[in-house]
Amino acid sequence: MSQVTRLTTPLRDQDVEQLRIGQKVLLNGVVYTARDAAHKRLMDLIQAGKALPIEIKGQVIYYVGPSPAKPGRPIGSAGPTTSYRMDAYAPKLMELGLKGMIGKGKRAPEVIQAMVRHKAVYFGATGGAGALLARSVLEAEIVAYEDLGPEAIRRLVVKDLPLMVVNDVLGHDLYEEGVRRYARG
Amino acid sequence: MREISAQRVTEVVSQLFMEANTDLGEDVLRALQKAREQEESPAAREVLEEILENARIAKEEQVPMCQDTGLAVVFVELGQDVHLTGGYLYEAIQEGVRRGYKQGYLRKSACHPFSRINTGDNTPAIIHLDLVPGDRLRILAVPKGGGSENMSRVMMLTPSVGKAGIMDYVVERVKESSSNPCPPVIVGVGIGGTFEKAAILAKRALLRPLGSPNPDPELNQMESELLKRINDLGIGPQGYGGRTTALGVFIEMVPCHIASLPVAVNLQCHASRHKEAII
Repeated sequence: MSQVTRLTTPLRDQDVEQLRIGQKVLLNGVVYTARDAAHKRLMDLIQAGKALPIEIKGQVIYYVGPSPAKPGRPIGSAGPTTSYRMDAYAPKLMELGLKGMIGKGKRAPEVIQAMVRHKAVYFGATGGAGALLARSVLEAEIVAYEDLGPEAIRRLVVKDLPLMVVNDVLGHDLYEEGVRRYARG
Repeated sequence: MREISAQRVTEVVSQLFMEANTDLGEDVLRALQKAREQEESPAAREVLEEILENARIAKEEQVPMCQDTGLAVVFVELGQDVHLTGGYLYEAIQEGVRRGYKQGYLRKSACHPFSRINTGDNTPAIIHLDLVPGDRLRILAVPKGGGSENMSRVMMLTPSVGKAGIMDYVVERVKESSSNPCPPVIVGVGIGGTFEKAAILAKRALLRPLGSPNPDPELNQMESELLKRINDLGIGPQGYGGRTTALGVFIEMVPCHIASLPVAVNLQCHASRHKEAII
């Protein structure tokens, strides 16, 4: 790819404003994992007006349920899960300051609109490349919901996690625009 | 009668699931390499490069190529002259899944449909058993991921839509699925039978090696046409846009009811995992 951008979390408005769809990003720093069941619990806490077990402001959530770590390794295979299942929860988290989401697959229009409104981005990681992506994970520690097993919230420290900008703060969608360029007939 | 011990079945099943999850088949690797050479989209080439590198790491380090190590689907062909000793066939298979997923550090993805509480050992496996002539036992282990399975459908079409209607339905299914099933995908199509038969045919179709022709010339032609139409959608690897949306389309067909035209589309992500053994 022509342009590679290195970013470190937590992300500020100016970090995400410069990103455009199709841009390759190598992400560094702390990233939190959460998927279906963990999102449900976070939402229940928000609705009850209680504190969340993780800091959301400026953070990035990775939709992943890793496989078990082999002895001596921080994490097992760790590729993205399909993101649409988190669409119902994502706008609320962006309202609270979430700056980035990592997953795979299309987001709902209201999620894309929320990214524009709250200055956040959606990154694609390559689905089915879990062994490769795990190499970028230096540390992994369960910080909440251990009972959920692979779905527990983990605090990851990542180095040069390879990502693609799929939705940017201007409301663009790589899945729409990239496909239009290569469709025939 | 030839005797096979239940313990042997357990060992083989366990080994097959570990191998399937770490060792991508040569046919898939070749198809991915060819796609990378032919891709016009830079983002697509980048993704294909990552997928190939991932397969190399998974094999070398013996880690699963994808964290979604699937529900455990097992196709069994049991020769009718085989006598199983020291246990029951189904339980021997379930025990093999239990052991393989534990020893191989594979993710346990089976849960209760309502409470979503994990069963803890990736059982129950989904077992399809066929009785066949002979004294051998053939076992195919197929870890099936959730992302591509969620995009699969069974449809009872009206017979009047004919072959053209079937093809439109298959193409539309891949189009609607877009980036969700982790393209480049393999498309399994089951035509005919009943509601459930079509689905099993579609799943079984996915086991054919990429690049192998359909023995039925009419279906072979249909597969080529479908592959072209699907790749013309432009979805591309991971849905970022590109020429490679599918690596292959496989059809299996049997007769159906005079009033029906069942069609099943089972999508398979690029991590097309299946290993077999004959005991």
